[in-house]
Amino acid sequence: MPDGTIAAPGEPHGHPPHHPALQHHFEDLEQQHEASTLGMWLFLVTEVMFFGGLILAYSLYRIWYPTAWALGSEELNIYLGGFNTIVLIGSSLTMALAVRSAQTGAQRATVGWLLFTMALGLTFLVVKFFEYKEKFEKFHVPGPNFRFEGPESPHVQIFFSLYFALTGVHALHMIIGVGLMSVITTMAYRKRFSPEWHTPVELAGLYWHFVDIVWIFLFPLLYLVDRSHHIV
Amino acid sequence: MLFGFPLFPTQASTLAPEIDNLYLGVIAITAFFAIIVVVCVIFFAIKYRDHTGDKVGAPITGSVPLELGWSFIPFVISIGIFVWASVVFFHLVRAPDQTLDIYSTGKRWMWRFQHIDGQREINELHVPVGRAVRVVFTSEDVLHDLFIPAFRVKADAVPGRYSAIWFEATKVGEYHLFCAEYCGTNHSGMIGTVYVMEPADYQAWLAGGGAINSGGSMADRGAQLFTQLACVTCHLGDGSGRGPSLVGVFGSTITLNDGTNVVADESYLRESILTSQAKTVAGYQQLMPTFQGLVNENDVASLIEYIKSMQQGAARSASAQAAP
Amino acid sequence: MQTQVMESPVNYINHRHTVASWLLTKDHKRIGILYLIVVSTAFALGGIFAMLIRMELTTPAGDLLSADVYNRMFTMHGVTMVFFVLVPAVPAVLGNFVMPLMIGAKDVAFPKLNLLSWYVFTTGFIFTVTAMILGGVDTGWTFYTPYSTQGSESNVLITGIGVFITGFSSILTGLNFMVTIHRMRAPGMTWFRLPLFIWALYATSLVMVLGTPVIAITLLMLVLERGLHLGIFDPRLGGDPVLFQHLFWFYSHPAVYIMILPPMGVISEVIACFSRKNVFGYSFVAFSSLAIAVFGFLVWAHHLFVAGISPYSALIFSFLSFAVAIPSAVKTFNWTATLYKGAIWWKTPMMFVFGFLGLFLVGGLTGLFLASLGLDVHLTDTYFVVAHFHYIMVGGAIMGYFAGLHYWWPKMTGRMYNDTLGKLAALLIFVGFNLTFGPQFILGYLGMPRRYHVYPPEFQVLNVLSSAGASILAVGYVLPAFYFLYSLKYGAKAGANPWKATGLEWTTQSPPLPENFSQTPIVTEGAYAYSKREIKVA
Repeated sequence: MPDGTIAAPGEPHGHPPHHPALQHHFEDLEQQHEASTLGMWLFLVTEVMFFGGLILAYSLYRIWYPTAWALGSEELNIYLGGFNTIVLIGSSLTMALAVRSAQTGAQRATVGWLLFTMALGLTFLVVKFFEYKEKFEKFHVPGPNFRFEGPESPHVQIFFSLYFALTGVHALHMIIGVGLMSVITTMAYRKRFSPEWHTPVELAGLYWHFVDIVWIFLFPLLYLVDRSHHIV
Repeated sequence: MLFGFPLFPTQASTLAPEIDNLYLGVIAITAFFAIIVVVCVIFFAIKYRDHTGDKVGAPITGSVPLELGWSFIPFVISIGIFVWASVVFFHLVRAPDQTLDIYSTGKRWMWRFQHIDGQREINELHVPVGRAVRVVFTSEDVLHDLFIPAFRVKADAVPGRYSAIWFEATKVGEYHLFCAEYCGTNHSGMIGTVYVMEPADYQAWLAGGGAINSGGSMADRGAQLFTQLACVTCHLGDGSGRGPSLVGVFGSTITLNDGTNVVADESYLRESILTSQAKTVAGYQQLMPTFQGLVNENDVASLIEYIKSMQQGAARSASAQAAP
Repeated sequence: MQTQVMESPVNYINHRHTVASWLLTKDHKRIGILYLIVVSTAFALGGIFAMLIRMELTTPAGDLLSADVYNRMFTMHGVTMVFFVLVPAVPAVLGNFVMPLMIGAKDVAFPKLNLLSWYVFTTGFIFTVTAMILGGVDTGWTFYTPYSTQGSESNVLITGIGVFITGFSSILTGLNFMVTIHRMRAPGMTWFRLPLFIWALYATSLVMVLGTPVIAITLLMLVLERGLHLGIFDPRLGGDPVLFQHLFWFYSHPAVYIMILPPMGVISEVIACFSRKNVFGYSFVAFSSLAIAVFGFLVWAHHLFVAGISPYSALIFSFLSFAVAIPSAVKTFNWTATLYKGAIWWKTPMMFVFGFLGLFLVGGLTGLFLASLGLDVHLTDTYFVVAHFHYIMVGGAIMGYFAGLHYWWPKMTGRMYNDTLGKLAALLIFVGFNLTFGPQFILGYLGMPRRYHVYPPEFQVLNVLSSAGASILAVGYVLPAFYFLYSLKYGAKAGANPWKATGLEWTTQSPPLPENFSQTPIVTEGAYAYSKREIKVA
């Protein structure tokens, strides 16, 4: 305030009353919404560049060592991976429904769909944990304990290094996403959203969809190398 | 030289004058533009000085012809420099067909040079004047870089692959050899000397007047390894074995089993020995074991020299004794 | 016509005094000051490392520092200066402070994110300093593999993590700036009425947003390989050490444009103000900024000409490296033409501009030598490169930063510093700088490799000249600390517009109100409408 005092949220404070979610450096909710949305899209572009570096490394070595890539990919559990893909696509659906509910002001439905999305996200992470556990038990974790039969072993170790790097970074993004969801769900539970303002739900949705899309790239790149003649 | 102070390293190779001329040319061009700008800035700053800060400058906003002019002209000049520099570059990276080959390995923190007749040097490199020399090298640990300022040549030594530089020395003398890619504690100690010698002196050096010889040429050692490691069981000379014949393979174009062609240079041979499964020759099974970990860099180089010597009929004379 | 500015006794500095009000601020101006403190600390630290390096290099033998200590010195000098000074200096200090004022906004788009950026930056800095205290790192700021993954026994992990964290500060700042410039310009502030500093910040933000994630993932791969033994660059497994170089330089080359574009923006502002006229060819300068940002992403492999790339790809990258020089040349010509028929007011900020023009010219032109393939083979990895990048980074970027500091100091603090001392600092820096780095071009061509702790005796004379220059340069850099701090208490009151400049930031009081403007400004003319105004001192 110009005289140095601070008004409590919601109290009249020196200009016409406005939506409680409007921040003071913005002129109106519309400007705030446009700015926030642009910000989230820009952030997702940075994420594309982030994953892009790893995918570049992956692509280079796949071209150089196709045999090793096929051998390594065979070792991944295509059932668990496929299941996780369906789980994640499903969670994008539930997220979209959550956004839709927020848009129409269906508060309880919003909370419900958000919880469902979180549950699916957690399911993904639990399955991932079991996949990693299997890799550990088979000595496929790169490092001094790595074991793989055959002359391609060193190259297969690179495959698994990139597998863990890619899925690990993705899983980290999932964990952050689930955390974000819990915050948004709490806000929805406390009836903070309305058809007039539900930007956090939209932005969380954008982030969640992005993490899903990354997996949709990772699944075929990692699990489906040269599976045409051996599904199992 | 400026006041007796050197501005250039000695020009001790055939390419050094080319590079120095390019350097002087670029200096001339860039200095020309730099001087114009500096003179203008100083002149305008003084001529249009206003001590009060109250006056206002002329309402000039720009000039499209001027903008196009000073975009286009520098661009054209840049193309000129680019073309000139690229021509010089291709001279630097394309070795002549006939070269005296020397193998080298960098490792922390020394350079080992291996002559094909068996002489071995550490941090010193003896070469004859007036003959094209090619150094094929790699690293055994981290990145290094072989740099000989007097010859104006440089290339990184990358572990896992071969690099090469070539030069033809024009002046007898001793010249610095540096490692130019940071490699740890003693990076600045990984230096040496190149000794360029008259041909007669060089022959004398090779014959034992200073050279340490491990006994036998590289090709001889390669022949021993070829038997010891059982290469000979598959790579029969008449092509009837499980592996292709290696007679005349060096420098030839090979078709791989994925249809692509590759030139069988040192890098290809090295890769085939160490990690054979990557590039299998068309018509053959992928049966060759990998020798990574079973042979060291010197062994690989010796095998390559032996393979090079396998020409139809007499051995290819890559020995230092023969004049080009 | 400029009206008298309404001055309120309340400004962004005095309206709240507690430490918490600074550490939890969402005010972009306070955040700019917070960055100033950390960046200045990093500059001092990097400067100390530089002094030690130059002191050691006065003699050919390694008599002052051991090889391992020396290697840590140049590495940490590079890491500190690149990531904690050059990248943030103009955008995070000056950009944060000035940009919203310049476009007539109350703050940046995401003030809380802005504060978070500072915390992320400072956390990364603390990590990196911790690594230094624990013994430092000796890989070179470029962290090349396999030395960084297998060879070095120094604190690579902690430093790598520290730089990784700091990168996010850059990403968030760039994101914040882009959204602010897109969405929060005052009414009437069309794109082509924006000051050129804003164009420069926008172009920089593009690079920050697109490039920084790549260094982040590269450092992450490095950390994973060194810490968890993942094998991505390991040649013993068939990995490619040169892949690291490609990934590293894919960011680090555009990064140098992050370092130079904002200072170039500062130059445009200062030269317009102290020539009292429009920048010559405004739209060409604006588009050149964008062109530099875009082309900057296409040249990275010119750092790999001798690293093992094919000669044909070297040709392409050489050509593109010449192309990227053109927009910078265009800007230089435009600035020079701006001086023509100007009314040149020789104040300290303008002195730094003159210095910039001379030094950036040399730095930029010597880049052409390195873009020339035939020359680069001889010159790469020698002191020629060291001289080239110091001319651009220090002679260019830091000069631009100092020009901006001296230009906006009255706005930030409400006080004037001693102009004579300012000019003295500029002169000392200019002379000291040329003496330090000029000889290094010659050293490079003579063949002295970089990162050398000991060197052959014939290189000594030039090294001594260089070290002598460094001592003058050091004085030049320390001097502003004294007169700036002095001005805070004893400097003359600046008033709203001591430089009689155009620009929205000068229409408000110094120091500004917490909310920047008492009323949202309405813009009706272009950025440098000097000729249309009767400039009055506020």
